[in-house]
Amino acid sequence: MSEKNNHAYWQANLRLMLVLLVIWFSVSFLAGIIFVDFLNQFRLYGYKLGFWFSQQGAIYFFVLLIFVYSWRMNALDKKFGVDEE
Amino acid sequence: MSAQLLTYLFVGASFTLYIGIAIWSRSSSTKEFYVAGGHVSPIANGAATAADWMSAASFLSMAGIIAFEGADGARYLMGWTGGYVLLALLLAPYLRKFSKFTVPDFVGDRYYSQTARLVAVVCVIFISFTYVAGQMRGVGIVFSRFLEVDINTGVIIGMGIVFFYAVLGGMKGITYTQVAQYCVLIFAYLVPAIYISIALTGNPLPMFGLGSTMVDGSGVYLLDKLDGLTTELGMAAFTSGNKSTIDMLFITAALMAGTAGLPHVIVRFFTVPKVRDARISAGYALVFIALLYTTAPAVAAFARMNIINNVDGMTYEDAPSWFSKWEDSGLIAWRDKNDDGVVQYRGGNALQPSKPAFTGERGSSGERLLGNSSSASENELYIDRDIIVLAHPEIAQLPNWVIALVAAGGLAAALSTAAGLLLVISSAVSHDLLKKTFKPEITERQELLFARIAAAVAIGIAGLFGIYPPGFVAEVVAFAFGLAAASFFPVLLLGIFYKRMNKEAAITGMITGLVFTFAYIAYFKFVSPADNNPDHWWFGISPEGIGTLGMLANFVVSLIVCRFTPPPPAEIQALVENIRVPS
Repeated sequence: MSEKNNHAYWQANLRLMLVLLVIWFSVSFLAGIIFVDFLNQFRLYGYKLGFWFSQQGAIYFFVLLIFVYSWRMNALDKKFGVDEE
Repeated sequence: MSAQLLTYLFVGASFTLYIGIAIWSRSSSTKEFYVAGGHVSPIANGAATAADWMSAASFLSMAGIIAFEGADGARYLMGWTGGYVLLALLLAPYLRKFSKFTVPDFVGDRYYSQTARLVAVVCVIFISFTYVAGQMRGVGIVFSRFLEVDINTGVIIGMGIVFFYAVLGGMKGITYTQVAQYCVLIFAYLVPAIYISIALTGNPLPMFGLGSTMVDGSGVYLLDKLDGLTTELGMAAFTSGNKSTIDMLFITAALMAGTAGLPHVIVRFFTVPKVRDARISAGYALVFIALLYTTAPAVAAFARMNIINNVDGMTYEDAPSWFSKWEDSGLIAWRDKNDDGVVQYRGGNALQPSKPAFTGERGSSGERLLGNSSSASENELYIDRDIIVLAHPEIAQLPNWVIALVAAGGLAAALSTAAGLLLVISSAVSHDLLKKTFKPEITERQELLFARIAAAVAIGIAGLFGIYPPGFVAEVVAFAFGLAAASFFPVLLLGIFYKRMNKEAAITGMITGLVFTFAYIAYFKFVSPADNNPDHWWFGISPEGIGTLGMLANFVVSLIVCRFTPPPPAEIQALVENIRVPS
């Protein structure tokens, strides 16, 4: 594959990564630690919201992020013709 | 049947299973020994990674820590799961494409330097031995508590089992036993949690039970009730934290980056066939891990509530059998400060120093007397955090087979992690030290033999650590994560994402991160433990979280050195281009 194509593939990968890492940072460091007291004034069933993020929610988001990355990257691999098939 | 007989039965059955798998999956080449031939399915690798990752600390200790620390326990929950996002996005797919056997392999080739490889080997061996010592101790404790054999005998039995499948099967044997061990450990963790969740909230899923109302018909949410109980007794409310925000941030970040940089986790992603498998496999691994990690805070809250309800206000003479059993093993202690024969469980430490020192005599209620002086608090009770997971099924009066199951699960968690670590040590010695550095002329057969010998020696040393534990096992765990975060994570990341990154920068960066982190932890843990408090920490960062600062130092030094030294050779830049695309 051409160098140009590979470069475009890499840029697309980096953009996707950046978006997902921003979410990763927000659900854990922001919602779970920095704004935890602020969020604790809201409720999610029996949970205070900040507590939920830090002990449950962040983990669910982490799982989701990896699956979204894997799914989007498989599509990018195909689009740029760099998949392993 | 008695709990003890059932425990023998369950542990015996699970061990037979592991040995059977080991015989079925022997390794015949170095590729099979190091990376299971590179054809493990992504789901199987996910389960194996989960078992590899979740150690005695995750299984036995974590829920106990959360039970007593409440909201602060979140640093472990997020730190030990969030690292998988970094691993899946930033490292695993590219290291899989690179397609070698070990982490020092990548460091040595990418930085075209034997020095870099050797620094990496030293880090791998140090990090892995630190970790494995704790696992062997965990094996010994489970054996001694549930099977009433001597701790040392327990360690030796554990060594024998690991020897069998690690030396015979290498990575191939370890992978398939880890899949079985994952099944055992997750079943053992979930069953008691589900039982207790139903008993307290009526909800069979513990992660939702934690957010449900109490089953007693009061309509009060469980967490609100627990907050009420804890504050009433003069303890910190369960859902509020004590640690400073900056310390929580740094510890969580160190655990995340450390997770992504731990060699025994990374190497698991060398075992799948393709790059796309490496990405999805990290996802499966995290699903399997999340099952335990979202349950742990529920177990913690349930246990805290059950302990308060069952223990506070009970007369010592009517104490249930688990209470005196754990008191006999020295993990529970009670001092009757007001001489009423009733246990008062309140906020603050009961004793000074906080760990009990038994005198060997019995008090008027029959309790074991203590040599400690009393603290100012009204609290009369000491409970070791490590017993929560093991004791909770008994506290909640679950059937004997559930209690037996927990013992088998704890052993599965400790043994699977120990095996993964030992393999990383043996491949660092036979592959990176011998084949790639000192004895490149050895044949593959000889290398395989050396790998087996190295694994056997490593098991022996790990066993010695289990039998003669260095007094600082608990302290040095902070080392493993801090050092992985400060050394490997930046070097791997920059190696993939920064083409200009060269060997001078990598070596100075790794050494800076290592030395800084090592010095900070060593100072507060060993040189001057009296100063180990927020007043003396830099920026309020505890030794647990200093790996993050070490990592930042590594990044900064690397990028500066890189500016003033020549770029890497053209073929290395081509290698970086190559690992960035899957095909």
